Amino acid sequence: MTGQKRTPLFDCYKDRARIVDFAGWDMPVQFEGIIQEHHSVRNKAGLFDVSHMGELEITGSEAELFLNTILTNDIKKLSDNKVQYTLLLNENAGIIDDILVYKYSKDKYWIIANASNKDKDLSWIKRQAKDFAVSVKDISSSIALLALQGPTASEILASIGCDTTTIKFFSFDSSLYINNKQCMVSRTGYTGEDGFEIYVNAGDAAGLWDFLLDKGKEYGLVPAGLGCRDTLRFEASLPLYGQELSEDTNPLEVGLTSFVALNKDNFIGKEALVKIKDKGLKRKLVGLEMIDRGIARTGYEVYYEGEKIGFVTSGNHSPSLSKSLAMALIDIKHSNLDSNVEVLIRKKMHKAKIVEMPFYKKKYKR
Amino acid sequence: MKLIEGLYYSKDHEWVKVEGEYATIGITDYAQDSLGDVVYVELPDIDDELDAGDEIGIVESVKAASDIYTPLSGKVVAVNEELVDTPEAINKDPYASWIIKLEISQVEELEKLMTSQEYEAFIKQEG
Repeated sequence: MTGQKRTPLFDCYKDRARIVDFAGWDMPVQFEGIIQEHHSVRNKAGLFDVSHMGELEITGSEAELFLNTILTNDIKKLSDNKVQYTLLLNENAGIIDDILVYKYSKDKYWIIANASNKDKDLSWIKRQAKDFAVSVKDISSSIALLALQGPTASEILASIGCDTTTIKFFSFDSSLYINNKQCMVSRTGYTGEDGFEIYVNAGDAAGLWDFLLDKGKEYGLVPAGLGCRDTLRFEASLPLYGQELSEDTNPLEVGLTSFVALNKDNFIGKEALVKIKDKGLKRKLVGLEMIDRGIARTGYEVYYEGEKIGFVTSGNHSPSLSKSLAMALIDIKHSNLDSNVEVLIRKKMHKAKIVEMPFYKKKYKR
Repeated sequence: MKLIEGLYYSKDHEWVKVEGEYATIGITDYAQDSLGDVVYVELPDIDDELDAGDEIGIVESVKAASDIYTPLSGKVVAVNEELVDTPEAINKDPYASWIIKLEISQVEELEKLMTSQEYEAFIKQEG
C-alpha cells in the first residue's frame, strides 16, 4: 500500500506477525493469537511495538504556563521525572486527545500523543503556542517506543542490569542503559498490569526489541500485538480515543473528572466545562455485562424500556473474566449500578446489566 | 492451511461434507485463521428452510463478527449446540466443528462448489 508508515521495528516482526493498518501504520495485530498474548501479558509479560505513538517536545521558559493553559490536569503538581495523564480540550470542552506529559524540567516536557491524533494535536498546539515563549517540536520519527508489560516486566529489566526499584508508578528515568543504548524508561502502560514503556532512539530500537525478547524468554516474555493491547486496556476500562473519547465527548461524562483541575486558573475548555457541570451532566460512561448471550460491539445502540438511551463505545469477550462486557455512553438518568438495559445486536434486543468499572482490577505497583 | 480431500468448498470459506441427501457445513481452516480466536457462535433453528446464500449463523472472534452463509439450499436438521459453550473448538479443529446439517433440496448446487484443489488455488489467489 502506498503511503503506509512503518515503525523502525517493522522488519523485526514482519514475518511472524499478522499486519494490519492502524491509523496509516502497518502494525502487528497478533503474533500467536490475541487471547494467548492477552494471557501472557496478564500472567508473565508481553513486548509491544507502540512506536506509532507521537512524541512532541515542548521547551522554553513558559513551557509550564503554556501546558497548564492547554491541558486539563494541573501540571504544577508534576515533579521532575514524573508523568501525568491529561487531556487536550477544544473551547467546547470536546476532547481533542488524551495524552501523557513527561516532565524533564520546568522548561522541558514531552507529550505522548495517540498515533491517529498526532498531526491534529501538533497543529492545535502550535497554533496555541504563538503567544508563549515556547518551542514545539515533533520528534516522533527519531524515537521508537517499546512497551514491556506484565508481572515479570521488572524482573526482566533487573536481569539485564536495569534496576527499576526507584521508578515508581508514573515516573521515569532517562539515564538508563539497556543493551548499551541509552533509554528513557517510565512505569506506565495501557494494559492494567505493572510494566514499563521504553523510549529509545529509532536506530537502536530493532536491537533492543531482539535483545529484550531474547533475555525475557525465561521470564515468559512474548511479542504482543495491538489486538491484545485492546482487550487488555478494555478489561482495565482504560478509555480509547475514537471509541470512549472524541471531540463530541467531554471529560466529565466519561469518568475522567480526576484528570481535570477545574480549580486551576484557566485552561482551554474550562469555561465550557463549568457550564456543563452547572447544568448537570446528561450522559455517563458505564460498564455493561451481557445477561443474554452476545457481544455488544462499538456503535451498537443501548435501550431502556424501548427508548434509545445511548451507544456502546467498546465491547468484547473478556479473556481474563470470561464474560461478555461493554462500555457504553448512556443517558445519566438510566446509569444506576445493577439496573438493566438492552443492547440491540443484529436487530434483536439483548439484556445487559450495568456493572462497576474497571472490570479488571489494575495491578499497578505504586 | 489444512484442507480435506473429498469435501466441497465455497467462496465464502465454508466446507460441505455430503453423505447421501444430507450435507454437513462448517467453516474452513482458512476462515478460522483469518477470524482469529472465536469467542461466540450463533446458530439457526432446526427446521429452518434455507436458500443457498442465506445466513446460517454468526461466528465472532475478539476482532470481529462474521456472517456464515449456507452454500446449499435445504432444511436444517441439526445444529452443533456444543459450539455455544466451546466456540474455540472452531479454531482447534474447524473440520470437526460443524455448524449445521442440512437436508439438501437442490443437489445441482453442489456443482457450483469447489474441490479441495480448486479451493486451494482460490485462497492463494485471494491471499
